Amino acid sequence: MNYETIIGLEVHAQLLTQSKLFCSCSTEFGKVPNQNTCPVCLGLPGVLPVMNQRVAEFAVRAGLATQCTISPKSVFARKNYFYPDLPKGYQISQYELPICTHGQLLIENEGSKKIGITRIHIEEDAGKLLHEHPDHRSVESTWVDLNRAGVPLLEIVSEPDMRSPQEAVAYLKKLRMILVYLGVCDGNMEEGSLRCDANVSIRPQGETKFGTRTETKNLNSFRHIEKAILYETKRQSDVLAEGGRIIQETRLWDPDQEKTYSMRSKEEAHDYRYFPDPDLLPLLIENDWIEKIRRSLPELPDAKKERFIKDFQLPASEADILSSMKRLADFFEKAVSSYPQPRKISAWIINEYMRLIKADETKISSSLLKPEHVGITLKLVEEGKINGSMAKTVLAKVYETGESPQKIIEQEGLSQVSDEGALETLIDKVIAENPKEVERYKAGNDKLLAFFVGQVMKQTGGRAHPGKVNELVRKKLS
Amino acid sequence: MELFELTIHQLQDLLKNKKASSREITESVFKRIQSVENKVHAYVTLTEETALQQAKKADEKISKNGGAIHELPLLGIPIGIKDNFLTEGIKTTCASKILNNYIPPYNGTAVQKLIDAGMILVGKLNMDEFAMGSSNETSYFGVSRNPWDLERIPGGSSGGSAAAVAAGEGFASTGTDTGGSIRLPACLTNLVGIKPTYGRVSRYGVIAFASSLDQVGPLAKDVTDAALMLQTLAGYDPKDSTSLNLSVPDYKKVLGQSIKGWKIGIPKEYFIDGMDPEVAKSMQAAISVLKRLGAECRDVSLPHTNYGVPTYYILATAEASSNLARYDGIRFGYRNSETKNLVNLYKKSRSEGFGAEVKRRIMLGTYVLSAGYYDAYYLKAQKVRTLIRRDFEEIFKTCDVILTPVSPTPAWKMGEKMTDPLKMYLSDIFTININLAGLPAMSLPCGMTPSGLPIGIQLISKHFEEEKMLQAAYAYEQATEWHTRRAKL
Repeated sequence: MNYETIIGLEVHAQLLTQSKLFCSCSTEFGKVPNQNTCPVCLGLPGVLPVMNQRVAEFAVRAGLATQCTISPKSVFARKNYFYPDLPKGYQISQYELPICTHGQLLIENEGSKKIGITRIHIEEDAGKLLHEHPDHRSVESTWVDLNRAGVPLLEIVSEPDMRSPQEAVAYLKKLRMILVYLGVCDGNMEEGSLRCDANVSIRPQGETKFGTRTETKNLNSFRHIEKAILYETKRQSDVLAEGGRIIQETRLWDPDQEKTYSMRSKEEAHDYRYFPDPDLLPLLIENDWIEKIRRSLPELPDAKKERFIKDFQLPASEADILSSMKRLADFFEKAVSSYPQPRKISAWIINEYMRLIKADETKISSSLLKPEHVGITLKLVEEGKINGSMAKTVLAKVYETGESPQKIIEQEGLSQVSDEGALETLIDKVIAENPKEVERYKAGNDKLLAFFVGQVMKQTGGRAHPGKVNELVRKKLS
Repeated sequence: MELFELTIHQLQDLLKNKKASSREITESVFKRIQSVENKVHAYVTLTEETALQQAKKADEKISKNGGAIHELPLLGIPIGIKDNFLTEGIKTTCASKILNNYIPPYNGTAVQKLIDAGMILVGKLNMDEFAMGSSNETSYFGVSRNPWDLERIPGGSSGGSAAAVAAGEGFASTGTDTGGSIRLPACLTNLVGIKPTYGRVSRYGVIAFASSLDQVGPLAKDVTDAALMLQTLAGYDPKDSTSLNLSVPDYKKVLGQSIKGWKIGIPKEYFIDGMDPEVAKSMQAAISVLKRLGAECRDVSLPHTNYGVPTYYILATAEASSNLARYDGIRFGYRNSETKNLVNLYKKSRSEGFGAEVKRRIMLGTYVLSAGYYDAYYLKAQKVRTLIRRDFEEIFKTCDVILTPVSPTPAWKMGEKMTDPLKMYLSDIFTININLAGLPAMSLPCGMTPSGLPIGIQLISKHFEEEKMLQAAYAYEQATEWHTRRAKL
């Protein structure tokens, strides 16, 4: 039987606030265990939470960017369960009244498609457990690091609108892009700043009722999400093929085995005993504030892409890449303002710059290579001062050293040789050294022109102006 | 009269006129403690050494600057703190085995305010475990006795706070009141006890029982002292999201003002069958006094009164079940370390660390929040809570304050209600609804039984209008002499 896969994603995004959700501890990553803690986030007796207003602002930004309705009143609730990484024995989250509802975003995967966002809510992160396994099997002791406890998260829950692993990945990539654009999350999946759980079910093609779903946790890269959903689809269809039925359960993705394992079934599921947190007042958000935040939103990727196509006549594929990272797009636009040749700049960025920064957006802000350097260098090419391949070398050097292109050209003796006298001397030498090739050329083998030009270029260490050499060789041999 | 028998405002006069030093006052209290504490058992921890150091510093301050007494309203005054207030570097147990050796790294806001006002800390006071109880009998450290009759309980949960002040082992104390835990023990020991409006005093640094009901307040020997304590404790705290950013009036100003023409509501639902006849008699006497003072006492009705106790025991236990989850043996407090299995560690640490009443309430609260029961219990109780609050709001449209008894009976004998939780829960029947409504209320002495047990009345004000009940209470107190009586020990 042919099955259709139904996928919904729950994404946890760690927010880029300076301090935690309910205390003033730093959220900085990579500190000594338990350095970023205080009585509040340690859950000591007698402490009370006080909401970090920045978090509400970040949540509203994310909500507006995904077309959500912002609730004028949302309520914090306690999710009760015992675990050593959860100091209070409950997590402060939002339950019945989340801050954002009814959003959507557009994905491109064999055409464009809207994916619904059910809700976005604010919650606090738990700490981390470090297990010691002296014999690599049983746990000897477990250490608790509460640096992460209380760091603000947004949980973004999608509708079950995706129908393939590719759509799921496209959705997550788009969501990540938007969050990074907004400056609310760094999108780093390896460090766990962006985490994803997938709800997967299958149903026979044409069926309108949903099948029983499973929730798969621990999906920490796009590749694993794709693989886990594929695995889960296959597993579920195998179960059905054998006449079994799908059990509603939570499963864990094992990235080494590339399999999912059952963690707990519905019967074993926690009863979280949610109830409104009496220590916190409802979060009230005024319309004026929402509008103020709306006005401060940056141009989002879709709009930027459209503008790049329209204003700069870029091909869609290039506009897509440039608009995928806000800092890359800013870099592009700054370079264009210093040298208004968008196609040339776009080509250089996509072919060269992406390689230099290893497609890592965070490298852009610390990059020694500034957008103006690109403009200056490409202009030198246009003026015939250097050639295209030299431009690449020059800019790579600028990226390394931060020196100006002019200085690098000077230091490395990279300026282009276009002096006709000097070039003619070299061409004469090449002609004299290759009599056989001259003969064949004169006999009608036009292709050998490239050979002579190449030889001259080699003699100049690539610094000769290729057009000029071409012209002179042709003249000499005619 | 010995120094320990005086009130704070009397001591202030002595200090001002250099007729007594803080050191003498403090020594008098610790001498008293030495002679009666083995009978009363009010304290869990005593801090005599630091108290004497603090007294010395207070005296230095006074001798350097006579105005210091006006600037620091509690300068040099020995005060006891209930053991659910966190005190930096001083053991804070909540009268529970689970926190038996817990030393907090910080002072709560209320404690810090008292320290900043110049108080001398006598020690930490006994209480019902996690403030869950009405008799002080659930304390891990054993029951405090009522100084008026050592065979009887002092009330709870702030039982140590009441016993200490009634016995002269401190001039005032702090308490917490979730369903009557300040007012009931104050009533049973002939003291004035104030439960302020929810949100008037910061809860930061006070161990939570039921967050939406808990409120910090003072116990003292008369209205003037209680008002002084409240003045120090009250005020907005950015560390407590539920504290209200409202200025605090000068309570002293209303003391001595007339209540002529005031309308005092007497709710008929608070005169129930089974009420002790002595309590009923004292109430009638109190009404006569207030009438003589020019107030008009009128019968009113609070129709949802009877739903208060069940509503309270759903909401308070629900919140408690969650608030007490942090006592898990992982980071602090008692841990059973015989087991290496996580679930067993939780089970054993909590089973052994909590007492019977606390466990009963955690189980009740866990049950009412469980999937499938939430709507029927918790949600329904929240709705009833709103109805109870509206009852009061309706009355306050026409009345200045409301007058009720505090307790249906005077202090009872130890053990009398311990085997019957329901009977125990009903001792808070007149105080619980005020917490559900978030209103301010206070208890003050209004009589004695023939056998010499104190009886109290309760005055209730509108939200954030503590000054009104204080004004009425002071007027009443000036017209009576019950507050001047001291327990003979």
